[in-house]
Amino acid sequence: MKHALVLCAALGLAAGLAGQPVSAQSEDRTAAEFDKFREVLEEANPAELWEVKGEALWKTKRGPKNASLEQCDLGLGPGVVKGAYVQLPRYFEDTGKVMDVEQRIVHCMVTLQGFKFEDLAKAPFSRGDYTPDPVSLVTYVAGQSREMKIAAPQSHPQERATYEIGKQIFFYRAGPWDFACATCHSEDGKRIRTQNLPNFTKPGESAARGYIGWPGYRMTGGVMHTLQWRMNDCFRQQRFPEPGYASDTIAALLTYMAVNANGQTYRGPGIKR
Amino acid sequence: MGDPMKIRAKLEGDIADVRVLMAHPMETGQRKDAAGKVIPAHFIKEIRAELNGKVVWTADISQAVSRNPVFAFKVKGAKGGDKLRITWEDNTGDKRTDEITLGS
Amino acid sequence: MDYTRRGLLRGAGTAGALVAAFATGALRPADVFAAWNKSAFDAKSTADAMKALNVAGAADSTDIVIRAPDIAENGAVVPIDITSNIPGTESISLFVDKNPFPYVGTFDVAKGAMPYVHVRVKIGESSNVRAVVAAAGKYYQAAKEVKVTIGGCGG
Repeated sequence: MKHALVLCAALGLAAGLAGQPVSAQSEDRTAAEFDKFREVLEEANPAELWEVKGEALWKTKRGPKNASLEQCDLGLGPGVVKGAYVQLPRYFEDTGKVMDVEQRIVHCMVTLQGFKFEDLAKAPFSRGDYTPDPVSLVTYVAGQSREMKIAAPQSHPQERATYEIGKQIFFYRAGPWDFACATCHSEDGKRIRTQNLPNFTKPGESAARGYIGWPGYRMTGGVMHTLQWRMNDCFRQQRFPEPGYASDTIAALLTYMAVNANGQTYRGPGIKR
Repeated sequence: MGDPMKIRAKLEGDIADVRVLMAHPMETGQRKDAAGKVIPAHFIKEIRAELNGKVVWTADISQAVSRNPVFAFKVKGAKGGDKLRITWEDNTGDKRTDEITLGS
Repeated sequence: MDYTRRGLLRGAGTAGALVAAFATGALRPADVFAAWNKSAFDAKSTADAMKALNVAGAADSTDIVIRAPDIAENGAVVPIDITSNIPGTESISLFVDKNPFPYVGTFDVAKGAMPYVHVRVKIGESSNVRAVVAAAGKYYQAAKEVKVTIGGCGG
């Protein structure tokens, strides 16, 4: 906790309600107030604008090969989008590895449409008025799993092995501040300022709290972000070397997070602070 | 010409419960970019909703409305098949109109 | 808001004439977007903005219901619902007292909408949000405090 606070302060975040000691009781009230209005905000989430954009991108013939993504196999067969998101990451025969949603979409953009991976990896995160195409596509695909239960598969040996790798990465302490994902996200009741930190090590509702809100419309900056961005930012905030875009490292971490969230209902693209 | 709006309307009797999402930066004109240059104000000023061509709701707004604005309002005397059209215009003269058919 | 313009639009005869003008292409819909009240929007205090809108001295009313967070998670996006239970409500105006330009806007519901609006606004620091309702030629107001916080690492 202390580490986390120091870290965020080091990131240049100004103090909110500075100097006021916050009692556990008022903390709970604040959290309840946030939850209540998060629901209000989610009733009409600007993320829907990106769902619309992503759907058009999915269905339009684009790229050097002038193809749409309608033959892209997200795990449920070519072109099946409905329900695909909640069953990812999963093992894919054609690549021989476990892939998360964004990694798989990028794979389809490269193989079906002829885009170059290096180009897609150049500026993969949203900023200002710029949204990378894979972000809109992930938002569309995620929106097609609304109200479905998270069901990341663990039937293939590779899926089980990838979960274990993800777990190791999650607990791996390193960097100048001897930090791990687990430093912030392995106990109940932790928070940074007014934000509660989900405990990803506890399967079910707790782990899902940090997983199901993504991809998310971030109120700060008003941009759409995916879990690729979130994972990248966690590495950056830990002062780790940043992982490669759509890398197997992130696919493994997301496998760990998704499987721990299994059984919880996905509510669609969320709203983030 | 901005990106498409997303309009949703739910009919409750003869009242249409409308939610509209607009893609717009809503720049205040008070922020600076990385180079220290002021980012010019760019925001929606006026919005109009029409039911079958008749204006039923209007808004005059400022740059204080959040980026990618969301509004909800309730239109009276609506029924399935009615056309609901929403138009915005921003301070640069840019405009966008989108339309939905109620109950569809 | 410019009540004169709203008043004109409300008149059946004028509205009919406008529809006709639109139909013939003589008047584009954008032309009715002409009366955005610049002096109210430029005002640096709620009082000055209310003066510019001719609604100064609006009476306090408990019939205006403002639903907004006691503590907003992010001041960039603060959801606000305003419902007026005052008979004959024509418009709802919104102010954030401590914003550099407090006047947020006016929602005109007289021509076929319920006296309700949901809007999301930027609030720079903890402040009162204030709703002013015009009803049957009279003005009413209500306010609610919203605290703004700074959060964690990025949700």
